Amino acid sequence: MLFIVSIAVFLIFFLLPRIGGATADDLASRYVGKTADAAQIHLMAEKLGFTDPLYVQYGRFLAGIFAGADYSTGPTTVHCPAPCLGYSFITQNPVLPDLLDRFPVTLSLAIGGAIVWLSFGVSAGVVSALRKGSLFDRTAMGIALAGVSLPIFFTGLLALNIFSYNLGWFPAGGSYTNFTDNPALWAYDLVLPWVTLAFLNAAAYARLTRAGMLETMGEDFIRTARAKGLPERTVVVRHGLRAALTPITTIFGLDIGILLGSSILTEHTYSLNGLGAYALQAITSNDLPKVLGVTILAATFVIVANLVVDILYVVIDPRVRI
Amino acid sequence: MTDLYEAPTQRHFLEVDDLRVHFNTDDGVVKSVDGLSFKLERGKTLGIVGESGSGKSVSSMALMGLQRYAKAKMSGEIWLDGEELLSADDEHVRSLRGKKMAMIFQDPLSAMHPFYTVGAQIIEAYRIHHKVTKAVARKHAIEMLDRVGIPQPNSRVDDYPHQFSGGMRQRAMIAMALSCDPELLIADEPTTALDVTVQAQILDLIKDLQQEFGSAVIIITHDLGVVAELADDIMVMYAGRSVEQGSAREVFHSPQHPYTWGLLGSMPRLDRDRSERLLPIKGTPPSLINVPSGCAFHPRCAYKDLPGDVTTSQVPELVDIGNGHKVACHMTVDQRLRIWTNEIQPKL
Repeated sequence: MLFIVSIAVFLIFFLLPRIGGATADDLASRYVGKTADAAQIHLMAEKLGFTDPLYVQYGRFLAGIFAGADYSTGPTTVHCPAPCLGYSFITQNPVLPDLLDRFPVTLSLAIGGAIVWLSFGVSAGVVSALRKGSLFDRTAMGIALAGVSLPIFFTGLLALNIFSYNLGWFPAGGSYTNFTDNPALWAYDLVLPWVTLAFLNAAAYARLTRAGMLETMGEDFIRTARAKGLPERTVVVRHGLRAALTPITTIFGLDIGILLGSSILTEHTYSLNGLGAYALQAITSNDLPKVLGVTILAATFVIVANLVVDILYVVIDPRVRI
Repeated sequence: MTDLYEAPTQRHFLEVDDLRVHFNTDDGVVKSVDGLSFKLERGKTLGIVGESGSGKSVSSMALMGLQRYAKAKMSGEIWLDGEELLSADDEHVRSLRGKKMAMIFQDPLSAMHPFYTVGAQIIEAYRIHHKVTKAVARKHAIEMLDRVGIPQPNSRVDDYPHQFSGGMRQRAMIAMALSCDPELLIADEPTTALDVTVQAQILDLIKDLQQEFGSAVIIITHDLGVVAELADDIMVMYAGRSVEQGSAREVFHSPQHPYTWGLLGSMPRLDRDRSERLLPIKGTPPSLINVPSGCAFHPRCAYKDLPGDVTTSQVPELVDIGNGHKVACHMTVDQRLRIWTNEIQPKL
């Protein structure tokens, strides 16, 4: 899987520009100063290996990931230790340490947001399903529809405006405290981003849970559970929700995987310096190695999350055998 | 204080009086059960027979109080061991479910939770009504599995329902239903989903367990062969009402209702020539929203002209014709006896 990802990523970032008409010299021109002339650019292209055949370039790319790589930009040679996801010639830094540096922000955002949206989304979905057609159900589903439809840069800015600038309950965008420094402040700073991120996802989860619960609560085994004399709460949670959980787990795994890769919109709206902001900045400054690094990391998270979900299936549903 | 002035009446163990279960739907009121009355003693078996949609399952769900979750409109009285259940509060009925009355369902694969082991589900059923540790309940579950004839209960207790065969699943279901030693056991088509050889085993098992536990059993089926084997009494249901009820002997040997004749005629028999066709009942069961006027069976009845207009204008009463044998038909007893002995019996 990761092998396929590496090929795909490599092709996208190395081959597509060439198909688009860019020459090796064009690529190299990004790595030299504005004053460089054509000969200098060509020299650079050769040094960076852009003139080599594709398979050699791919081999070098893979070797970088597993063994590290050396980049020489004229007088000095920079070593990029394994796993080397690339070297940014604009900031003169290997990409990976930058990524690791920003990862805690993205991780905090994703985990906290996930907890908020799981608890709200699933419980709202369960109650909606049990009181189908009631005022609660219709209100919750109306809000859910809004949540699914409204983009983060709208709800996020709205939340900032109301709760931060007008009411002053929460800090303005850009506040972030390390969890290890002060857990309480960490959580406090992240409340608005969490809620914004959760709003979008909770809505989707509420609808998913509601549909799942409506289906399972009509199953024969629910009737059996009631016939045993179980209290209704136990019937709903232990028998109903337990069975409705499978599709939710699948989606949750994928969502977490994607979010860990980056949540560009939320991070940008709240000026959080995570992977998303990093990716955005790399894209706007045309810094290919950075974009490539973020992409590989994000792809890895998605794949790992998928794998975890597949393994979890066995625990959740005993009928599944690997 | 009013109790002092009420004459103490001796009630039967189970007494259902004028039970009605109606559902409001967008198309109209569905009268699934419409005036059902019967009695059952401890240690006896009642067979409820009828086509799909005749209200058999709905009435049994009403007995268990499970219709409370389905937004049904219910009226009438259900007396179980001296207690009226329809007017009792939800929590009280819940505490009786599983303990005092238990139910076996038709399809044991869908009726058991796919994500929990068979043992866990029996343990759960036992521990709702008994304050015991998991280990004690587990021991009890293994005993129950052993009692219903599951080999190697010590290891099978940790299997999931999908790892059991159909017959074994139904045995496990029975073990679960009997785990709290219920006084009333309702079996809703317990053998329909099983193959024929297993059917007989399951019926024997229910029979044995009934003798052992002394419970009252209601067995719901569309298979007359099943009730012939098990039931002391039989109630034939049509369109939410009882059209004929009485002892199994009476109902089998001198059935009085044209619908019962139809059921008997459509039953395959091994002692008959294969060239003879089965005699199906013409037509289809009526819609429970627009039940035919008068006798609900009249559109399908070959003798509807005998009593005259009354068939389409009046609902026939359930009349006792002796020995507790009750029939709801507008024809006179003589007419019915003549038709049975001259026309129906020779063809069966």
